[in-house]
Amino acid sequence: MDLNLFQQTDEYRFEVAPHGRMRVPAVIYASRALVEAMDAKVYQQLTNVATLPGIVEAAYAMPDAHWGYGFPIGGVAAFDADSGGVVSAGGVGFDISCGVRTLRTGLTRADVEAEKQALADMLYYKIPAGLGSTGAIRLGHEEMDAMLAGGARWAVARGYGEHADLARIEEYGCMPGAQPECVSDQAKKRQRDEMGTLGSGNHYLEVQEVVEIFDAPAAASYGLKAGDIVVSIHCGSRGLGHQIGTEFLKRMAIAAPQHGIELPDRELACAPLRSALGQEYLGAMRAGINCALANRQILTHLTRQAFAQVLPRANLRLLYDVSHNTCKEEEHRVGGVARRLYVHRKGATRAFGPGHPDVPEDLREAGQPVLIGGSMGTASYVLAGSGTAMERSFGSACHGAGRAMSRHQAYRQWKGRQIIDALAARGIVIRSPSSRGVAEEAPGAYKDVTAVVDAADAAGLARKVARLTPVICIKG
Amino acid sequence: MKSIAYRVTGIAVPGAVYWPGPMSALSQNRWEHFPHEADMGVRGVGRSLPEAFEQAALALMHVITDPSRVAPRATVDIECDAPDAEFLLVEWLNALIYEMATRHMVFGDFSVKIDGTHLRAAARGETMDPRRHEAAVEAKGATLTALHVGRDPDGLWRAECVVDV
Repeated sequence: MDLNLFQQTDEYRFEVAPHGRMRVPAVIYASRALVEAMDAKVYQQLTNVATLPGIVEAAYAMPDAHWGYGFPIGGVAAFDADSGGVVSAGGVGFDISCGVRTLRTGLTRADVEAEKQALADMLYYKIPAGLGSTGAIRLGHEEMDAMLAGGARWAVARGYGEHADLARIEEYGCMPGAQPECVSDQAKKRQRDEMGTLGSGNHYLEVQEVVEIFDAPAAASYGLKAGDIVVSIHCGSRGLGHQIGTEFLKRMAIAAPQHGIELPDRELACAPLRSALGQEYLGAMRAGINCALANRQILTHLTRQAFAQVLPRANLRLLYDVSHNTCKEEEHRVGGVARRLYVHRKGATRAFGPGHPDVPEDLREAGQPVLIGGSMGTASYVLAGSGTAMERSFGSACHGAGRAMSRHQAYRQWKGRQIIDALAARGIVIRSPSSRGVAEEAPGAYKDVTAVVDAADAAGLARKVARLTPVICIKG
Repeated sequence: MKSIAYRVTGIAVPGAVYWPGPMSALSQNRWEHFPHEADMGVRGVGRSLPEAFEQAALALMHVITDPSRVAPRATVDIECDAPDAEFLLVEWLNALIYEMATRHMVFGDFSVKIDGTHLRAAARGETMDPRRHEAAVEAKGATLTALHVGRDPDGLWRAECVVDV
């Protein structure tokens, strides 16, 4: 992207002053190199977001921003209902509450090394992954609604996981304000047998080794040290979330003129927070968040079962669970005044700083864990929310590396077998139902996650705590 | 592989690369993929609007699996309505995604009839078999991004949008 489009206000902050129909500035937090490498459509999408009614302060893009749907992926925007603010189905995305959770295992690399193949086989056996895979759970109408209202709390009450897990999930495992009655029968039907499934595409379950600690006090608070083995699960709200996104995107796009909203891009489909459609979407989207939280909770239970079979000494405890595609009502200080705002994070992670009341008490001093997914062959990171992010990005940071190459470019460039063999030579075990899927998700198809994380750290969005590298990857 | 200028909702994207599917010997109907940074664009080109929609469905299937490996063992009838032809394309592709997800099927062959903004179609396929179909990725939904339905100067119809995977 052309840097001349921006005013560089400090080393990692690039601003576009409001012009045309923009109500607020557009701001990208990234290094010069990352901004230069970004697709020009990030500029257009971010400046489009800045035109939406009721937007507060600025439309923000994180260091991993790339071309999305209406909003850039890696986009953050907050809206005030009192100022005609909107909620956008496009601003949340199709995979509602897609996110990452990381579990500590109590094991070291040395414990796992001898059992690596057996553990990979057992995880692959236990975790339904890939297109057409189904879970063992079938939800009838009442249980579906209970799940949508209860999230991970529902799952724990049904025996999937432990009560202690809930304290380590955003919203303590249950998004308030979910309205299962706002979720269509079609969306529920799509989810009927998808509970406890990983999905496909960029979703994965990884066994990872902690290879580097950057912030010893925060790492100690998170219970991480070099050589530890952790498990990270990346997936979302499965078919239910996709269907909610599909249905409301269309309804909001069609209804926008009735709400007096002129959309610069139909994909920015939104409705006033104080409209029947806006409220209906919030009720459905929150139910979608609960579906994702319940799904990751069930996958956690299956992961524990797999470890118990192969490495019974393992004690899997949840470090934290973050969601990437959400709109949440939060309190933020704007110009010294506390305001209730609806913060959209599309491919961005909530990153609340030290002392924030929504961070679990035992982690509060360090700040919220911010879990950054990598690709099969590179690194993942654990970061900690910073106090400055609260002022700079409504307490938000990046979410991953972001693709550098389209799926079909990757498929043309690599064969799945070739990727699996190359990773095996580096000691990384891959299990996947789809060779083509592995090729499309080749590590080389992703940007350098380290550059993204370094920029997030340097921009004051989150602090680096630990670097993780893959040992086993179950790829959907 | 040819590299030509391509327009997305008014924004020129020079150097975008087509991934063309096989062109029928008897007609100019064809499907293509076009790149989106994280996902995939699907495009159907046909002598008529319904044929363009059939080709767009084939392009969608090629994102997921190879439709030539799908046997037409069962037919699913699909009907949908939308305010205009572009929303109708999104509805059509989303209806296929929904039927695939809830029936655990993949499709390989389509016939579409369009009357105004009402679509009636038959999608032929079979139950998903991971060993035979080797699916790359599941489609989450057809989006309004790079959405275009219209007739090109050469007289052919083009129907395209980005699919979130």
